[in-house]
Amino acid sequence: MNSSPRDALILGGNRLPFARANGPYAGISNQDLLTAALDGLIARYGLQGARLGEVAGGAVLKLAGDLNLTRESALGTPLDPRTPAIDLSKACATGLEAVVHVSNRIRLGQIDSAIAAGVDSTSDAPIEVSARLRRILHRASAARSTADRLKALAAIRPADLAPVPPRNGEPRTGLSMGEHMALTAAQWGITREAQDELALASHQHLAASYDAGFHDDLVTGYRGLSRDQNLRADSTLEKLAGLKPVFGVKSPQVAEPTMTAGNSTPLTDGASAVLLGSAEFAAERGLTPLARVIDARSAAVDFVHGDEGLLMAPAYAVPELLDANGLTLQDLDVYEIHEAFAATVLATLKAWESEEFCRERLGRDGALGAIDRTKLNPLGSSLAAGHPFAATGGRIVASLAKHLHARHVETGTVQRGLVSICAAAGQGTVALIESVA
Amino acid sequence: MTDAYTRFVRSAPGRTIAKQLGLPRPSRLLRREDRPEPVLGPVVVLGRSAGADAITSLLLAEGVDVRRRFDELRTVGSVVAVLDEVAAPAELGEILLPLAGAMRSLAPGARVVSLSRPATGEDPARDAARGGVEGWLRSLAHEMRGGGTANGVQVADGVPLDAPSVLGALRFLLSARSAYVDGQILTVDGAEGTAPADRSRPFAERTVLVTGAARGIGAAIARTLAADGARLVLLDVPGAGTELARLANELRAVPVQLDVTSAGAGERLVAQLRERGLVLDGVVLNAGITRDKMFANMTPDRWDSVLAVNITSQITLMEALIAAGDALGPQPRVVSLASTSGIAGNAGQTNYATSKAGVMAFVAALAERLRELGGTANAVAPGFIETEMTARMPPLNRELARRVSSLRQGGLPVDVAEAIAFLASDEAGGIHGETLRVCGQNIVGR
Repeated sequence: MNSSPRDALILGGNRLPFARANGPYAGISNQDLLTAALDGLIARYGLQGARLGEVAGGAVLKLAGDLNLTRESALGTPLDPRTPAIDLSKACATGLEAVVHVSNRIRLGQIDSAIAAGVDSTSDAPIEVSARLRRILHRASAARSTADRLKALAAIRPADLAPVPPRNGEPRTGLSMGEHMALTAAQWGITREAQDELALASHQHLAASYDAGFHDDLVTGYRGLSRDQNLRADSTLEKLAGLKPVFGVKSPQVAEPTMTAGNSTPLTDGASAVLLGSAEFAAERGLTPLARVIDARSAAVDFVHGDEGLLMAPAYAVPELLDANGLTLQDLDVYEIHEAFAATVLATLKAWESEEFCRERLGRDGALGAIDRTKLNPLGSSLAAGHPFAATGGRIVASLAKHLHARHVETGTVQRGLVSICAAAGQGTVALIESVA
Repeated sequence: MTDAYTRFVRSAPGRTIAKQLGLPRPSRLLRREDRPEPVLGPVVVLGRSAGADAITSLLLAEGVDVRRRFDELRTVGSVVAVLDEVAAPAELGEILLPLAGAMRSLAPGARVVSLSRPATGEDPARDAARGGVEGWLRSLAHEMRGGGTANGVQVADGVPLDAPSVLGALRFLLSARSAYVDGQILTVDGAEGTAPADRSRPFAERTVLVTGAARGIGAAIARTLAADGARLVLLDVPGAGTELARLANELRAVPVQLDVTSAGAGERLVAQLRERGLVLDGVVLNAGITRDKMFANMTPDRWDSVLAVNITSQITLMEALIAAGDALGPQPRVVSLASTSGIAGNAGQTNYATSKAGVMAFVAALAERLRELGGTANAVAPGFIETEMTARMPPLNRELARRVSSLRQGGLPVDVAEAIAFLASDEAGGIHGETLRVCGQNIVGR
């Protein structure tokens, strides 16, 4: 094996426009959404009948029947059925983890090509029965005689019949993600204005990128949508300012709640897929590499005991990533920080600017410093596009790779991009991507 | 896809009732898959000219059962009336009248094709004869029964009857591919064009762009060209992306997502073609929308959008493709979608008809430009075709629209696709700026 592993190149991507929950994609299964995104990617890059190294994907909200989700979706596409598949799971970081997973495999020479995908539908969230009813039904199913079965079923009480939707909140704290973020936002003093401005920029940048045709080879329309349904091209600060706060409202630690529906991501449905491969694979297929995956890191924080905010893990992962690659925070050309909430991005940036945080929490000599805000989410991000949990990683990686490549062609210099995604249960994944000529 | 009325009149009680009341009884049209033989034999070639002899020899060489007279034939599959040398109206009867006695022997789905020359203004008597052919042909088409059709090829003076476009047009009109073309005259004004190396795959080694390809007529065009061996570039709006991708997967075609009305669309298309190393041998400008409203209620949005998609985008796309210099092949074929609404007008379609009439004039002008580049531009004008678009019409209007043609039924998207495939073929190099109606001889317009 060579001393340094070969490159994992990002060759392109495809996603569906993201729909608001219980909207145009209501009733469409994870599998159908993912298959549609894959079909679009396969058509765009002529992969009909191709036997790829792997299709890695996942969904955060899965039905019991989704147990082989990625494999079943892939079997529904024109890919060669001898293409292996795998399901991964790390809440909102699932999509990025899928990219890292396959790019590691490619770099080690285990596979030559792969698709990293993700899907989520909050309209089809799994609804289960209570634990008591589940046990009764198991007993009834195992019963040998009709009499025994009826006896088992007779134990059902009306209360057992209430369906159990997925929990909205961290199991160990009982707080929802929004409530956790409200605490962090209050601790960092993130203002309402700053959040609304970030949200507005997200909508404006995303709208501009659609208008410029940037998404013509990144998004395939589905079920009547050609753009992300949540996108409000005509959003204004006045409209955002008029919204009522929805998180931190009842929390004593939050003096002034600042988080609204406008500066928080909405519940959405959608799927994304990214095509990666070795240089040989790209050359064989006549595909133009856009960027390569340089490196990635994961971090986790102890949010249960209040040691750190739920969504602050990337603040720890990014410095590690930069150090390992000999870079400062300012050495990057684009920062794609997932907008779980506007406050998440702002708190993370403020942490990096804080001498105290960087010395005491990160053990560094000084602050990492500020970033050039014009380089932050230049194409808009989750606040505008929406955030079907497992689909966001793929959305960001594909559009970042295309953007970096275009800038490289324009400027003649290598462009570096950072991807930073926080996840439920106090985790985060970050990655470094660099353009190729 | 038979409509309810047709199903009814083909049933036992329906047949009787329709006969008693004199209601229309549409015949079943045989298309390519029903009648794959290129010529429905036996063929009778009428006429005494050298041209008639040449056509007879050509058909014989292809193994067709050809005669010069009707005697002894109990059924006749096709008739080719060669009228290229008529000099006065009095000469027409001698050539055409033998068919009168044989009209009842015509098989179901029979084909009558006339070959004649256009009036030129040089010789009044000759022009009277040449002009007269059209009247005969169109009336005969009205009289044809059993799903049979009558069409003509008008060949300019100086172009031999065995020129590729003439033979190509003749083959098209004799075949089942022209099932819904009726009462039409196709003009050939040049000897350009080449026969395909493999008649079963005439589009092998040819790359064709189809706009509006995700659904309806566009998808039918894509499928027909793919069956003929074409390499396809399928274009549609990003909103139809998944349908486009799935059709592209089915046909191993290249999908291009582009809103043709957006700024810079032409340049973006050229860039995408260049990036994939694609050179277009054919361009089918099919993308089109309707936004029907009586003119009294017409709004700027409905007017502007229809013109933008249906005609303006065609102009800008062609400008960009031609200006690129390397986007079009050596014999480019452009075929655009017009409509009988553009010919005769239609209540509630002032915007649509404006755009479609514009298309017909556009291809006539574009043809001159493409002639310089070794290519052609023509249009196909569908009449009433059974699509999602026409399914949305009010039921009574739809029923009437279906019946006011000689073939007494709506056409299918594949009928439009076959006509486009003919005009886009290598053979049709001598046809410039023409509009071919695919309408079953609909009574509107000419």
